Amino acid sequence: MTRFVERHPAWALIVIIAVAVVLWLIFAVWPPGLEDAIGRKRVFLNALFNGITLGGLYFLVASGFTLIFGLMRNVNLAHGSLYLFGGYVGYAISASTGSWILSFIVAFILTALVGVLLQVLVFRRMEGQDLRQTMVTIGLSIVFADLMLWACGGDFYQIQTPNWLIGPIELPLITAVKSSGEPVYLRYPLVRLVIFLASVIIGFAMWLALNRTRIGMIIRAGVDDRDILAATGVRIQIVFVLVFALGAGLAGIAGVVGGTFQSLSPGEDIRFLLASLVVVIVGGMGSIPGAALGALIIGLAEQLGSVYIPTYAIVVTFLIMVLVLALRPQGLLARR
Amino acid sequence: MSVTHDARIQIRSPASAAPRQAARGWPDLNNPAAWIVAIILLIMPLIANGFFLIEIFATTLMLGTIALSLMFLAGYGGMVSLMQLTIAGFCAYMVAVFGTSDNANISLGWPWWLAVPMALTLATIFGTLGGALAVRTEGIYTIMITLAIGAAFYYFTNQNWAIFNGHTGINNVATPHFWGVDWRADVPFYYVVLVVAALCYFAVDYISRAPFGLALQGVRDNPRRMAALGFNVNAHRVAAYAVASFIAGLAGVLQVWNYRQISPGSVSVGACIDILIIAIVGGITRPIGPYIGALVFVLLRTFALDFLVKIGLDGNRFRLLIGLGFLAIVFWSSDGVIGLWQRWRRSHRPQSDRPGVGRGHG
Repeated sequence: MTRFVERHPAWALIVIIAVAVVLWLIFAVWPPGLEDAIGRKRVFLNALFNGITLGGLYFLVASGFTLIFGLMRNVNLAHGSLYLFGGYVGYAISASTGSWILSFIVAFILTALVGVLLQVLVFRRMEGQDLRQTMVTIGLSIVFADLMLWACGGDFYQIQTPNWLIGPIELPLITAVKSSGEPVYLRYPLVRLVIFLASVIIGFAMWLALNRTRIGMIIRAGVDDRDILAATGVRIQIVFVLVFALGAGLAGIAGVVGGTFQSLSPGEDIRFLLASLVVVIVGGMGSIPGAALGALIIGLAEQLGSVYIPTYAIVVTFLIMVLVLALRPQGLLARR
Repeated sequence: MSVTHDARIQIRSPASAAPRQAARGWPDLNNPAAWIVAIILLIMPLIANGFFLIEIFATTLMLGTIALSLMFLAGYGGMVSLMQLTIAGFCAYMVAVFGTSDNANISLGWPWWLAVPMALTLATIFGTLGGALAVRTEGIYTIMITLAIGAAFYYFTNQNWAIFNGHTGINNVATPHFWGVDWRADVPFYYVVLVVAALCYFAVDYISRAPFGLALQGVRDNPRRMAALGFNVNAHRVAAYAVASFIAGLAGVLQVWNYRQISPGSVSVGACIDILIIAIVGGITRPIGPYIGALVFVLLRTFALDFLVKIGLDGNRFRLLIGLGFLAIVFWSSDGVIGLWQRWRRSHRPQSDRPGVGRGHG
């Protein structure tokens, strides 16, 4: 952090000012002139929170994608299919048993199993052949998409939010002050906050596991130099399978989250594949903190964009990607 | 960096396409199969009815031309771009915007001979800019970035009403009508498409043997060496994108004339991936590959439903069939149908006949 400030004082200043402005926008009571200029504070806060929670969802998808790529150089363009598969499984479980938590567990296990199958049957045969992996996973995603369309139809599914999470919660953030002088607080759906918290915990746990445990050390060593790691006697194929299972399982969990937040339908697989592509391009391939930063940026850009410049919201996301590519082609947090 | 290295090796054909291309002079002039195909294509209106002429053959040639632009980038430049359909769609939109259509408040009503060059210019600029962005990255990253560009364009056309008219698109685009001929009538249109496709095919074939094309293939095989020799690697790559964008733009013009309308559905992500499938299935090392792939794809798309119903399956599983076929091809032949054909030829030839001698493939 201090090194960044020393190396890029101008950028650091811009970032500090931007953070200060955003914090002021969140916590201050907006003066009337500002509300006239950019709309009501409640709208802004809602968009901000939607963006952050959407970023949490994107992080869940993209972290699995980037983990698999970072360690194994496996380009899994069927990652979006795993997301949608997890979502459908979660829907089936929660609809039949009524248990929301159980749907997460089953979706994680089943998508992890699919991931293991993919690793063993497909990727192990074409190690180091990026283009071929890309083609095969594109083919697989087409097949998966059609199989899921066959099984589930073209309907929209939404996973039922459990009773204890239904309804908004009042946050200690003032959105407006009534004429009587009484403050109005922001009300926000509890489930989104809980899920966001869960994705932060998952991200933090992954960071801890990667940086503080032995298996994490092995994985990081594998990212840097696979051959030497294998030569030191680590059974690397097992590590590969485990990481693939974890990455795929995360996509499955994200599918359940996405099914609760939004809805599940054919086409969502491509949407989330693209989201994770853009997130890891912005954040840096193979970097978990990069996925987190990228997911936050893209989620915020999408939601704030769709509120303030609805026509060009997609273009904002794209412009961010272009800007990052132009300034730092390897992504914001990639090590090179 | 191993990523890009691997991608490049994969693109090169195992049958060592490069030496053969350098060795031969004019392509396929003494190849009877090529002459037969050319004659069949020329007399097609005599033997096929309107449906086959437009729905099968003209569509094949249009999709094949878009895939040809991808083949040019991937086969000679080592860059797999998923935005070629996006460029074609952009050009089609520009034809609709500058030309005449039902949406009088969007279309400017220029005559076609002004609108089409304008659209082609803009599409080339668009593709070149996208290419300039994409060449900053290599290998798998190029695929991702061009896919992201394609997706961004799709969602943008869906949301933008001022230029692209949102998700309804632009309808009833005017087609050229001069010298007393309605050029969108089946037979004239077929010949227009055929001429454009043939020009593109021979242009790509010519460029691949011209100094620029040879330098591009050098850049594909060893960029550091070419840079050391004094070639501007990135300039060659961007120039390749410009050429490919122009070819894709031409196909886009034909497409909008064919359907007389353009909407976000025609530039969807799935359609972008279809182009990649076409190029890969046909074979990505030679210009004829994309056309073969397009023919397979169009035939499947048109007849898979009937076929599936006939053998007692659900007709809606057409995409499953395509996906499985694509998987099979990618698994067993890295060079598509052409590769399979060449392998078959080689296994059915006497041992004395070396691959360098025979040039009558495909």
